[in-house]
Amino acid sequence: MDHNDQHPHDAPHVVSYGQYVLIWLGLLALTGITVALAGIDLGRWVIVTALVIAAIKSTLVLNIFMHLKFEHRMFRWFVVITLATLAIFFILLFFDYAFH
Amino acid sequence: MKPSESAVHAGHHHRDDVGSKIGMWLFLFTELILFGGMFLAYAVYRLQYPNEFKLAAIELDALVGTVNTIILLTSSLTVALSITAIQEGKKHLAQIMLGMTQVLALAFLVNKYFEWSHKFEVGLFPQSDVLLSKPPGEIIYFGLYYVMTGLHAVHVIIGMAILAVMMGFIASGRIAKDNAVRLELGGLYWHLVDIIWIFLFPLFYLIH
Amino acid sequence: MATTAVETGPDFYHEPSARKGLRGWIFSTDHKRIGILYGVTMMVFFTVAVIIGLLIRLELLYPGKTIIDPQTYNTFFTLHGIMMIFLFIIPGLPAVFGNFLLPIMIGAKDVFFPRLNLLSWWLFLAGGVLALVSLALPGGPADTGWTFYVPYSVRTTTNVLPALMAAFILGFSSILTGLNFITTIHRMRAPGMDWFKMPLFTWSLYATGWIQILATPIIGITLLLVAIERWFGVGIFDPALGGDPVLYQHLFWIYSHPAVYIMVLPGLGVVSEILPVFARRTIFGYKFIAYSSLAIAFIGSLVWAHHMFTVGMSDTGMFIFSFLTFLVSIPSAIKVFNWIATLYKGSIDPDVPLLYVLSMIIQFCIGGFTGLLLGTLAVNIHVQDTYFVVGHFHYVMFGGTGFALFAALHYWFPKMFGRMYAKRPAIVAWLLATIGFNLLYFPMFFLGYLGMPRRYYDYLPEYTIYHQISTVGSWVLALGLLVMVVNLIVALRKGAKASANPWGSKTLEWTVASPPPMENFHEIPVVTKGPYDYSEYERPHETK
Repeated sequence: MDHNDQHPHDAPHVVSYGQYVLIWLGLLALTGITVALAGIDLGRWVIVTALVIAAIKSTLVLNIFMHLKFEHRMFRWFVVITLATLAIFFILLFFDYAFH
Repeated sequence: MKPSESAVHAGHHHRDDVGSKIGMWLFLFTELILFGGMFLAYAVYRLQYPNEFKLAAIELDALVGTVNTIILLTSSLTVALSITAIQEGKKHLAQIMLGMTQVLALAFLVNKYFEWSHKFEVGLFPQSDVLLSKPPGEIIYFGLYYVMTGLHAVHVIIGMAILAVMMGFIASGRIAKDNAVRLELGGLYWHLVDIIWIFLFPLFYLIH
Repeated sequence: MATTAVETGPDFYHEPSARKGLRGWIFSTDHKRIGILYGVTMMVFFTVAVIIGLLIRLELLYPGKTIIDPQTYNTFFTLHGIMMIFLFIIPGLPAVFGNFLLPIMIGAKDVFFPRLNLLSWWLFLAGGVLALVSLALPGGPADTGWTFYVPYSVRTTTNVLPALMAAFILGFSSILTGLNFITTIHRMRAPGMDWFKMPLFTWSLYATGWIQILATPIIGITLLLVAIERWFGVGIFDPALGGDPVLYQHLFWIYSHPAVYIMVLPGLGVVSEILPVFARRTIFGYKFIAYSSLAIAFIGSLVWAHHMFTVGMSDTGMFIFSFLTFLVSIPSAIKVFNWIATLYKGSIDPDVPLLYVLSMIIQFCIGGFTGLLLGTLAVNIHVQDTYFVVGHFHYVMFGGTGFALFAALHYWFPKMFGRMYAKRPAIVAWLLATIGFNLLYFPMFFLGYLGMPRRYYDYLPEYTIYHQISTVGSWVLALGLLVMVVNLIVALRKGAKASANPWGSKTLEWTVASPPPMENFHEIPVVTKGPYDYSEYERPHETK
């Protein structure tokens, strides 16, 4: 993506107030679910469910609040690369610690 | 800036909002990795001390944590709304939204202050006799708690400062309907601070 | 592109509209001035670090005390490491040559964030000054080694905190540079310059920028945690409080291994830049070299625990990290094969930049091979923490990146300063530096194999001869560096004025005056050809 193939002042994508409020309500609901699930004894699955829900919430924030969904594809690749890097750190670290 | 030096930015005589956003996202990645390092440490120690973490987490008030989560999520909403407002030319509404964000952020910090001071009162701070008498896993839990929520609070304060500057820019006209990228960048920072808390919350408050 | 007559006018040193005097420099947002500022400040830190290195070698000339006491010795190798790594090699090529050349090479007038660029330099200066100040503060300079391993770094009463803060600030500087370069490369390439028409030095700066962004924050948080341990006794790494010192090592090396690729990738880019010019041939395997930079950046982020094979990790972890370490050698090897293929049947001009490049390639290979040896678990057990490691990393970082930096200096000197240096003293300096370097560091492989530990102040008599050869090597090397620097300084004042393109190179920076004017280009060029188009030099029967 070049500077050259972009008009200097492309009108930015405007997200409506209603869309934002909807996402916010979704985030509140997901928070409620997380709290509710924490009360149930899921044993080892507690952390997995909590992290999955946190990931879903983050995806909403990233895509809508942070406009990632409406930006050029390249930004999404950047985010993926960063998250993949972090994931790899976790995985490789665990090859040491999980096998002690 | 001298005329010739401003001409050096010839590439920017056309404002390049995409480039500015690239810069901001790259900076956000560094923040993500900064906290990522702390989450790595958390993960290692949670693997090592699963029961002590559960015990220690009882000291944390899940209600306050939940309230704080709602506060931050709402503050992300108000920041996002302020951007739509400015994009529609509604300066006043944008300022109100940003003002609400600041109030919510302040409420978050106040809550955090009360949380921490309560723990200090019952003797749960680094190197305290009470803490040192606990099993190692619990000491580690509280160490991680203070460092991670502390570092996060620092970023909340930085975010408030950034948004305050944005409010100044709106007032002076440097951010306007057709020139709102700075506010977007400020908003991006704020949302990241929110995302970090989204992960901190369950990992510290909801371990039962 | 056709060579146009280079327009006259003031160069960026004499730009009339810039502020006058020192203020025109330390407040300048011009990338060329910032590059020069970095160069000057780095030279100061490098000189101090070299002197400390020479003193270390002098102490090791004989067993027992030679000139300094053990505590001083410990602070010396700590300082030598901190200064060379954080103040010289990591900023290194990107800060000086990246800043100066990147915009010109892609046909831009500056980087994307010029004011952030200036901030990067100010942070660099602040970090460097803080590191030097820690020498003078009560408590004495840090004696932990540049790696700040816990628990010693938490317990020692020396000035660890200023050193940690300095490293933290320097990390910020590095991040901002990487951020700037990535954005610049994405957004400011001249019309017609698509990704695969970019010079390979630019590719290397791009890959390096990503490592700077994704790896540096980890050292930031790690050093912050050590500082917090020292201040508040939190216990994150303290075994008595449930902490794990090995976790510190993991976190430290998650950055510090990719850091060596921050150091070396631009050096590899310089080699790819210089070879085509002095072989009068297009680079062999452009895309492979470009992609291999990205591959090294990626795989290099997966190998960090090979610094920790002897600390008690799980077998599974050790096998995986050893395997990944072997993998990372592949893209590096690809580059070397392509370089050799570039030289093959080329029209070789053995001028000074090429000489440094040739030394670099051989030394980098020695460093790389010994790296593979270190990556082999069975061998590592014997030579970890010995001089074998010291030899290895000096071969890659100094023999590799350092010599690439000398090559870059001799290649771009006429462009940056508008003068040409004398060739014969430069070749003498190169010869002395190469001979001295190898005399200094090759014996270390024997020392390590025979069991001499690193960072030791004293040693058994049977190691003496190797240490003495090494120390003599350090003197020869120092002489070579001295001749090199003096020759270049003389050239600054008395060298013949350089034309725009004394080497006959094809990249964009050689189309502007030497030194360039403030805005680089009076008109942004339109790029139609690749950066290494030497087709006019091809022999008639040669086919691609």
